[in-house]
Amino acid sequence: MNDRHALKQGRVQNFFSSILKSFKDFGYGIFRGLKRFVLGVKKRAIRFGKRFMDGSIFTKIAHLVMGVGQFARGQIIKGFIYLFIQVGFLFVMITSPTVNRTPIGFKALSNFITLGTVEGDVFTPTDNSMLMMLFGVVTLGIIGMFIAAYASNLSSSYANDLLIRDGKKVLTFKEDLTELFDSRFHITMLTPAILGVIVFTVLPTVFMILIAFTNFDAQHPAGQVLFDWVGFENFKTVFTGQGEVAVRFFPVLSWTLVWAFFATFSNYIAGILLALLINKKTIKLKKLWRTVFILTIAIPQFLSLLAVRSILSEYGPINNLLLTLGLTDAPVSFLGTARNPITARASVLFINLWVGIPYTMLMTSGILLNIPTDLYEAAQIDGATKRQAFVNITIPYIVFVTTPYLITSFVGNITSFNIIYLLTGGGPTVGGGYKAGSTDLLVTWLYKLTIDENEYNMGSVIGIFTFLITATGTLLSYRKSKAYKEEEAFQ
Amino acid sequence: MRNPDAQPKFKSVKRQEQISTISGYVTLVIMSIIWLYPVLWIILSAFRTERNDQGQLIGIVVSNYFPRAVGFDNFINLFNNTMFPRWFMNTLFVSSISFVISTALTLSVAYVMSKLKFKARKSFLNIALILGMFPGFMSIIAIYYILKAMNLTQTLFALILAYSAGAGLGFYVAKGFFDLIPNSLLESARLDGATNFQIFKKIILPLSKPIIIYTALLSFTGPWMDFIFARVILGETNPELHTVAVGLYSMLYGSQSTVDPNRFTMFAAGSVIVAVPIVALFLSMQKYYVEGVTAGAVKG
Repeated sequence: MNDRHALKQGRVQNFFSSILKSFKDFGYGIFRGLKRFVLGVKKRAIRFGKRFMDGSIFTKIAHLVMGVGQFARGQIIKGFIYLFIQVGFLFVMITSPTVNRTPIGFKALSNFITLGTVEGDVFTPTDNSMLMMLFGVVTLGIIGMFIAAYASNLSSSYANDLLIRDGKKVLTFKEDLTELFDSRFHITMLTPAILGVIVFTVLPTVFMILIAFTNFDAQHPAGQVLFDWVGFENFKTVFTGQGEVAVRFFPVLSWTLVWAFFATFSNYIAGILLALLINKKTIKLKKLWRTVFILTIAIPQFLSLLAVRSILSEYGPINNLLLTLGLTDAPVSFLGTARNPITARASVLFINLWVGIPYTMLMTSGILLNIPTDLYEAAQIDGATKRQAFVNITIPYIVFVTTPYLITSFVGNITSFNIIYLLTGGGPTVGGGYKAGSTDLLVTWLYKLTIDENEYNMGSVIGIFTFLITATGTLLSYRKSKAYKEEEAFQ
Repeated sequence: MRNPDAQPKFKSVKRQEQISTISGYVTLVIMSIIWLYPVLWIILSAFRTERNDQGQLIGIVVSNYFPRAVGFDNFINLFNNTMFPRWFMNTLFVSSISFVISTALTLSVAYVMSKLKFKARKSFLNIALILGMFPGFMSIIAIYYILKAMNLTQTLFALILAYSAGAGLGFYVAKGFFDLIPNSLLESARLDGATNFQIFKKIILPLSKPIIIYTALLSFTGPWMDFIFARVILGETNPELHTVAVGLYSMLYGSQSTVDPNRFTMFAAGSVIVAVPIVALFLSMQKYYVEGVTAGAVKG
């Protein structure tokens, strides 16, 4: 008994120490990254100077006028592209063209710091602080890309110098293009994806994080009232303030964690049990049973969730059934208008089983087929019974293989928007006129705060907290995953 | 010699097995009923044509599970009196374009990360991991601010970009698949003078049918299943721009000023029209889907 207790305790300790370790590694990783970055900058600066001294006269001129190093060697098209980039960049930066009355370019950089100065009146419109912030970020991005193009211009010119020095010919434009389909194929393949990710993932994420440090809220609508940087004020408000966000933050956070925990483990265990049941030798019609459950994956979730919501409504068939059977006297409200928050929470967890079990079942079925049969053969030779083989081979194998999945699905449940929003809308409401109801998760609350209430800065703070939770989970799972370890071995 | 009570023990084991099989079937049947109950409910509601005292279709949620009268009235209503056909075409348009873009992006990134060696490879993998930690849901709110700032919020193209532009980050499952293709195959092709592009086109792609179908299936059905991206980006006010999800939701829970008694059964009719092709697609591609799900889970 004592042994078992100690073992359990050891496991718990292990779990926490592995969380701590992953934080430590994360911090160390950041430190290492920074160090590498500084060293890289230093190395580059040295190389920059050396190249300037060592390069031909054309390379030296290319430091001022991009493309010269290519023109001089007959790479007309390439040189023209570089020159065009430089002219275009300088043109945009100096003239600072305006979009929606807000400039992009050098002016955007100072606007990025002030977030607008003109308090409008009847004759002059107010500066749009949000656009100024956005264009500030965009301008910084443009400068970054220009620096990359500038560096590539120099290294290409210097490469030409070296080729000529060795008595070789420089590449023609056609040869350059061929390279892009062979030795530099990764550039061709990655460029569209990277552009998409920069514009639709990196830019929005940076922008969202920045908003958390401003007072951009319902009292400061963009383009009508100026807003400004406020430092860590919003984060302080969450912990010490009086408003909705401060009062409801910890209840919502704790329900989010409770929800994610129960939703993950109930689905996981029930899904595995179902898979084992369907895969039992004596059960016939395996394909039929599996198809029944796949059906619920295939039906768009918003449809099935709204159908379930109507079934469970006061006038729906379930309540009718309960009344007919005499189990209740009055219709029960299960979801958003439930009397008791516990009822609503239990209902969403139960419905989540309906949604989630089929996924786990499918995945586990696949894994069951992959268990190496020689394990069972060896066990049989050793005289193990079926039950022993099941307990000592099947179960450990499944648990071992699916641990990363368990963590990713925990992270997924923290951000599972659809189930809560479509079933209860976050309700039932909590007294005091707060917008975050008793089934609201951080993400549904974030949605309400930003889209319904226009409290952008608070929404953004909630978003950053959600990121911190999911990032911890992802780091844990990533470090444990086979993919990561193999990747290391692969290198 | 075996011990004397081996025989009866064997019998009881058999008996036990029978009991467990029967209880297994009972469990499966009960679970199937629970799982199919809402599905059947939508189908029944779609064909439900009961009328109230005033002779109008009752479209609100009713308590009797099985309808007392059936017909196609809800479908006719849906097509004549709502913008459902428009929503259907919108969704088809968005999903057809975004699935081509996202499949191409996902596969190309996965191939590069799996089979090509270049300097920044490791850093790219790490950056992709960190970016993936931000739930897509959060960046969608920021995308909403950005598009709103540029007065671009309400176009289907914005939605297509939102669905497909970030696809480059979802390469892990496909990369896992490519990792299993032996490198020796590529090296011998390289010795024969094939370029990386030719290798991708002539060797990798023909071998990758399962993962191409899996990726394409997920990105095609995504817009049909998604509710929140479409609602945030296209807004709730202009029914011309709804996808099926947003349109059907607003039909049920939209502006209360236009209460239409036929809404629930019409919603159900719309659901059937949307769900039938998607379900058919899923079931016919079941094999590839299961393969992908398993691989994705195990790879982590």
